[in-house]
Amino acid sequence: MNSRYLPLIITALVLGLLLAAGGYFFNNFLSLRVFINLFGDNAFVGVTAVGMTFVIISGGIDLSVASVIAFTTIFIAQTVQDGMHPLLSMTFALMLGLLFGAIQGWFISSFNLPPFLVTLAGMFFARGTGFIINDISLAIKHSFYSETIRGLAIPVAKVGRAVVRIPFTAQCLILFIIGGTLLAAFTRFGRNVYAIGSNEISARLMGVPVDRVKIMVYALSGFCATAAGCVVTFYMQSGNSSSFVGLEMDAIAAAVIGGTLLTGGVGWVAGTLMGVLILGTIQSLITFQGSLNNWWAKIFIGSLLFLFISVQQLLKHRLKGR
Amino acid sequence: MSGETLLEMRGINKTFPGVQALKNVNFALRRGQIHALMGENGAGKSTLIKVLTGVHPGDGGAMSVEGKAIAPASPREAESCGISTVYQEVNLIPHLTVRENICLGREDRFAGIIRWGRVWKRARKALDRLDLKFRINLDAQLSDCSIAVQQMVAIARALDIDARILILDEPTSSLDEAEAEELFRIMRNLREQGMGIVFVTHFLDQVYRVSDTITVLRNGELVGEFPAASLPRLELVSKMVGKNVDEVKKLEKRVAVTTASGRKTVVSARRLGRKGSINPIDFDLKEGEVTGLAGLLGSGRSEIANLLFGVDAADSGEMEIDGRKARPESPAMAMRFGFAMLTEDRKFSGIIPNLSLRENIILAMQAKLGPWRKIPPRKANEIADQFIKALDIKTPSREQQLKNLSGGNQQKVIIARWLAVHPRLLILDEPTRGIDVGARAEIEELIQKLREEGMSLLLISSELDEVVRNSSRVIVLRDREKIAELSGDNLSEQNILHVIASQATEDAVKEAVQ
Repeated sequence: MNSRYLPLIITALVLGLLLAAGGYFFNNFLSLRVFINLFGDNAFVGVTAVGMTFVIISGGIDLSVASVIAFTTIFIAQTVQDGMHPLLSMTFALMLGLLFGAIQGWFISSFNLPPFLVTLAGMFFARGTGFIINDISLAIKHSFYSETIRGLAIPVAKVGRAVVRIPFTAQCLILFIIGGTLLAAFTRFGRNVYAIGSNEISARLMGVPVDRVKIMVYALSGFCATAAGCVVTFYMQSGNSSSFVGLEMDAIAAAVIGGTLLTGGVGWVAGTLMGVLILGTIQSLITFQGSLNNWWAKIFIGSLLFLFISVQQLLKHRLKGR
Repeated sequence: MSGETLLEMRGINKTFPGVQALKNVNFALRRGQIHALMGENGAGKSTLIKVLTGVHPGDGGAMSVEGKAIAPASPREAESCGISTVYQEVNLIPHLTVRENICLGREDRFAGIIRWGRVWKRARKALDRLDLKFRINLDAQLSDCSIAVQQMVAIARALDIDARILILDEPTSSLDEAEAEELFRIMRNLREQGMGIVFVTHFLDQVYRVSDTITVLRNGELVGEFPAASLPRLELVSKMVGKNVDEVKKLEKRVAVTTASGRKTVVSARRLGRKGSINPIDFDLKEGEVTGLAGLLGSGRSEIANLLFGVDAADSGEMEIDGRKARPESPAMAMRFGFAMLTEDRKFSGIIPNLSLRENIILAMQAKLGPWRKIPPRKANEIADQFIKALDIKTPSREQQLKNLSGGNQQKVIIARWLAVHPRLLILDEPTRGIDVGARAEIEELIQKLREEGMSLLLISSELDEVVRNSSRVIVLRDREKIAELSGDNLSEQNILHVIASQATEDAVKEAVQ
């Protein structure tokens, strides 16, 4: 077996183990509804993490995503309150997010700046801009939200008298995962991202348009974060400029647990999905257990991260030792 | 054998801030020709290649491929002109598969989606053209392949773009003998298919094994283009180092004193080696002696220094330090044995530019003491002042930042740093590179003074006259092997050149005094 896929396999095993443990300890844990909710409730983290995966594979990092999500929610809430149709508002938001990411990418590639610093600046900038729009939590009241989005849920099964539906948020996540996988594995852009992250100098010498690809990577991340912001509004039905502080770290954690190397060149969108599901499962387990403090989730996630980065390092040493 | 002109470069100039790297260089490559590009370090080989491949734009001159003028501004444009390059450190993507490395950036697509099946077939076809004796797994990750295989993959990539001009920049420097032979077979094969190959190397044997034509550069200028068959080795070497063969014979006798017998041996190495870096070698370093290492670039000079100082670990042979079996595994350990090393690249691995003279001088001392025992300021000042005086370092004060000093004075500061820990063996790798004549003489004087005080020194220099002037014994290296050890009356620039150029190593060994 190819040892390259070992991190991915370990991730899958951990996810399976967590789900099995849930099924063993709690009734109804392994039900279709819980599984679908796992997708729906974590959709915004997942959508953000897809963009983050590309950034990390390229050897960079994007700290601005959580602020971009918060900005998006308040932008949509405010513009809808001011009479704009939600679809139009979301289109504007997505374009802004794309542009914002592209500008960050432009700074990173043109001035050869560390992505950490540029996106740190972007994080403050986006967070502050959200507060300029509105500094209170704003409800979104529109028929598009209360009827259209709800109507898009796909019924899949009937359990007793209740119908289990796949909510639109979960559909969004699946769409981004499929799109991200295609982009990563089957397009020149995707392969160039891997090439840059693995060895930027070689990539340049092999004719990869490094600067352009970098700009596109951060634009993609900005786009994904904005899309995640839209997804958030679907189930929160409100906007808040102070929400989701620190979510960028969840997205990074999901990608790393999913086998993406922080040093670049290696990673899988499917792995990131599993990373997101692992984070979500831990959260569900804590909820099901009922008496444990919610912060235990963080402790578990921290321990898991330790495990995964150690495994990655060990693998790297083994490859080097050949 | 050679057909029509494939590539022509005329009057190529290239200036970097402060240096003219290329002066009016001409170069021509014909179809079905293997053309060696030779020259010592700084001769301009790499710069010429980089101008040709669009990495650095040239400042003047004209290039044409098959009669059509070209001016590539990037490696990608050069590729589209049919020029492909395989660089010294294989420039491929370690985490991608072999197949992807061959086709990266040129994958077959349908509506933006890569057709991996076609890519696979194309990669196979390109590798098949190499007619390899073994099969390369297309789906293996590149970093899992040996350097030799990676090189083949890089050449396959060149074939895949239908390159007519293939540039191999030091392709054999990390290959073993059998792997190099396989590469030469492929090169001859490609020559039959009408490809023009530019072969940059510093291995003299290899040049004569495959090349039809040799172009020699020196100090950024063209020395000339010669048919390989009619350029004897000694002449090639003398053209590379810039000394006329007759002139070499007239060189005056060296000044340094020869070795006295009965000196204590500090380091004794037997069959010490490291695969891909230096072949097993024997040598002794004695107290009160300067041992010189001579050889062309890449002959293994610095590699020996790295083994001694524990930068690289030896994987064969034995080493005795003061008669006891020991082998430095890290620079820290080498320092504990009383070794010190002045590295080749002063800027990169020697000076700490933003620290003061004083801080730079006491650095090694502090490192030896460990982080918890601080050298008292008064003592640090004393030591700094003492060395500034002893080595005649020209500086307004000991608190001056090192970056503000001239190259020669910086070098003295680094020597002072090592002298402060009283080493028994001082390794000097290119101690006078980039230093003006006056400072150079002072450093040479210092070397002799340290030798007289009983220190053991190992001197590495590409300037043959410097090695000969200062050394008691000289170990001559070629192609990562010790080919002779010269001392006494045998030690002269002319003899070193002869030994390096001589075809039969046996003759050289006979001449050498053991």
